[in-house]
Amino acid sequence: MATDTQIPVADRRVPVIAPGHTFSTITAKITNIVLKRPVSLGWIFGFLIVFGMMNMLMMALGYLFIKGTGIWGINIPIGWGFAIVNFVWWIGIGHAGTLISAILALLRQTWRNSINRFAEAMTLFAVACAGIFPLVHTGRPWLAYWLFPYPNTMRYWPNFRSPLVWDVFAVSTYLTISLVFWFIGLIPDLATLRDRTENPVLQKVFGLLAMGWRGSARHWHRYESAYLLLAGLATPLVLSVHTVVSFDFAVAIVPGWHTTIFPPYFVAGAIYSGFAMVLCLAIPIRSIYGLKDFITERHLENAAKVMLATGLIVAYGYFMEAFMGWYSGSQFDSFLLWNRLHGPYKLWYFALLACNIFIPQVLWLRKFRVSTGWLWLISFVVLVGMWLERFIIVIVSLTRDFVNSSFGMYYPTKWDWMTFAGTIGMFLTFMWLFVRVLPMISIFELRTLLPEAHVHEDAAEEVKP
Amino acid sequence: MSYDVSKFESPTGSSSYGLMAEFDSAQELMDAAHKTHEAGYKKIDAYSPFPIEGLAETIGFEKNRVSLVVLIGGLIGALTAYSLQYWVAVITYPTNVGGRPYHSWPSFIIITFELTILFGGLSAVIGMLGLNGLPMPYHPVFNVAEFAKATDNKFFLVVFSSDPNYDAARTRSFLSSLSPRMVAEVPS
Repeated sequence: MATDTQIPVADRRVPVIAPGHTFSTITAKITNIVLKRPVSLGWIFGFLIVFGMMNMLMMALGYLFIKGTGIWGINIPIGWGFAIVNFVWWIGIGHAGTLISAILALLRQTWRNSINRFAEAMTLFAVACAGIFPLVHTGRPWLAYWLFPYPNTMRYWPNFRSPLVWDVFAVSTYLTISLVFWFIGLIPDLATLRDRTENPVLQKVFGLLAMGWRGSARHWHRYESAYLLLAGLATPLVLSVHTVVSFDFAVAIVPGWHTTIFPPYFVAGAIYSGFAMVLCLAIPIRSIYGLKDFITERHLENAAKVMLATGLIVAYGYFMEAFMGWYSGSQFDSFLLWNRLHGPYKLWYFALLACNIFIPQVLWLRKFRVSTGWLWLISFVVLVGMWLERFIIVIVSLTRDFVNSSFGMYYPTKWDWMTFAGTIGMFLTFMWLFVRVLPMISIFELRTLLPEAHVHEDAAEEVKP
Repeated sequence: MSYDVSKFESPTGSSSYGLMAEFDSAQELMDAAHKTHEAGYKKIDAYSPFPIEGLAETIGFEKNRVSLVVLIGGLIGALTAYSLQYWVAVITYPTNVGGRPYHSWPSFIIITFELTILFGGLSAVIGMLGLNGLPMPYHPVFNVAEFAKATDNKFFLVVFSSDPNYDAARTRSFLSSLSPRMVAEVPS
C-alpha cells in the first residue's frame, strides 16, 4: 500500500544523525557523558571561573540588600537602568528553548530532537537569571509577593489593568510551563539512566526522578498526547511572554516605547538572541563532548537560517521605528530618531546596527553557516547586539523625553556591571552542572530518528486465519 | 525474630504476575503484540524504549483521556483568572484608573490567557502521570533482570496472569512460538 517514496535531497545536505548508529550506541554515547566520563581538569577550571562569577552576583546582591538601589546608576529620569535591560535580554534568550521544543515539534521538524533538551535547560536558566532583575528592581524584594493577588490584612489587591502585573503572570507561567515541559521530556531518559547506572545511590536518585517509568505502550500513548498538548499550549505562551514584556513599554507614553510594532518586534528579537545563545553553547559542547554525530552541520545551518530570518524581522522593526519617527510628524518621535543618531549614545546605536543588522548578513553565504568558528563569532555578536538593543530602548528613550528640564544621562556603576556579569556566571554555572548530571540530548527522541524505529502494521495481517 | 513469608504473597495464591517475552526490534514487538491480541489475550502490555506508533492501539488501548483533562484544566484556569479579576476590580476593590470602567475586560484578557495555559499545562502533566499510575516505585516487571534493557534497545511483551485465557504452560508455548529472544516468568 504505502510506496516508499524517497524525497530527493540535495547531495550536500547533511543528515540529522550520523549514519551507523543503533539504539544502543545512542544510549551509550549520551549516558556515558553522565555516568562514565571522568571529570576533566578543564571542566573544573571552567567551573571555578563561572562559579566565581556567580559569587560575584551574590556579593553584588548582598550589598544591594544592605544599601538599596542607590548603589546602581539609576536616577531620575532614568529609573529603569540595567535591571530592566538585563531582564529583557535574558528573557529573550529564554525563548529559544520553548520555541525549539514546542513550535518545531508541532511543525514536525525532527532536527530539533537533538538540540531541544539543552535548549530547554538553557531557557530555564535564562529565565531564572531574568527573574532576579525585576525582583531586585522593586527595591524591596522581600515584599515582591505583593505583586500576587492574595487575601491580606491591608485588604489591598493588585491593579489588573497594569502591564507590570501581566508581566508577573506571564513570566511565572512561562517558567512553570518550561520547567514541567523539560521535566516531562526527561522522565524516559531518567529511566534509562536508572537502568544503566551501577551506583546504588544514583539508582535511587534517578529511580525517584523517573517515577517508575517502564515504557509501557499505554504510558507512551498518554505521554505523547500530553507532550503534544503541552507543545500546543506552550506555542502561544512563548509568543505571549515577550509580547507582554513589550507591553511594559508600549503601554507607556514615552517616545520610542509607545508603538504598536513592539510585540512582534520583541518576539522576533527574542528568538534571534535565543538561537544565538543556542549556537554559542552548542558549538563548543558538541566538540568537547564528541556529539558531532547528533548535532550535525545541518543543525547549525538550520539555526543560522532561523537567526538570519528573525534578524531581518528585527531589522524591519528598526526601519519602521525610524520611518515612523519621520512619517508621524510628531516632534518627539522625530527627536528620538535624531537623538539616537546624533545624541550622546550614538556610538551604542551604531554598534547596535552593526551587530544586529549588518554583520549577520554574512549568514546568506553557506560558508559562514557551516564554519563553526565564524558561526560562533556571529552568534556572539548577535547576543551583544541584542543587549545593546535593550539598552537603546530603555536608556535612550528615558534620558531625553518630552521636557528639556528633565533630560539626563545614565552611567552604570560597577555594581550594575557586577550584577550583569554575575548572572552570566550563574547561567553558565547551571549549564556547567547540567551537562554533567543530566542527559543533554533527548535519548528517546533520538532513537525515534533511526529507521528501525518505524514499524508497519500490515505485516501482522497474514496471521489471521 | 522471623517473618512469615507467606503473608506477603498475593491473596489468590498465585505468585506469578505474568509471562514476559523479549524481542530485538520494534517491528518484531509490533507483530508479536498483534498476534497475541488476535489470539485472545486481552490483558497484555508492551514495553519499548521509545514511543511506537500504533502499538497501544494494537494491544487494545482506546481510552486516552489526557486531552479531556487538559480541556477541563484550561477552562478552570480561564474561569479562575477572569472571575478573580472581575471580583477584585469590580466588587471588592474597585479603583478608578484613568477613568476606565471597573469592568475593563480587554485588560483582563492577558492574565486569563496566561492562567488558561498554566492550568492546562499543569493538568497535562498531572493528568498524564495520574492516568499512567505514576509515580510507582515498585512494579513486578522490574523483577526480570533483562527488563533493564527496556529503556535501552530491547522490546518486551507481557501477558498478565489475570487474563482469563492465561495458563502458565500454554501461554509460555504460545509466546515461544513468536520467536522471542527469551520468555521469562514475572514474579509478582
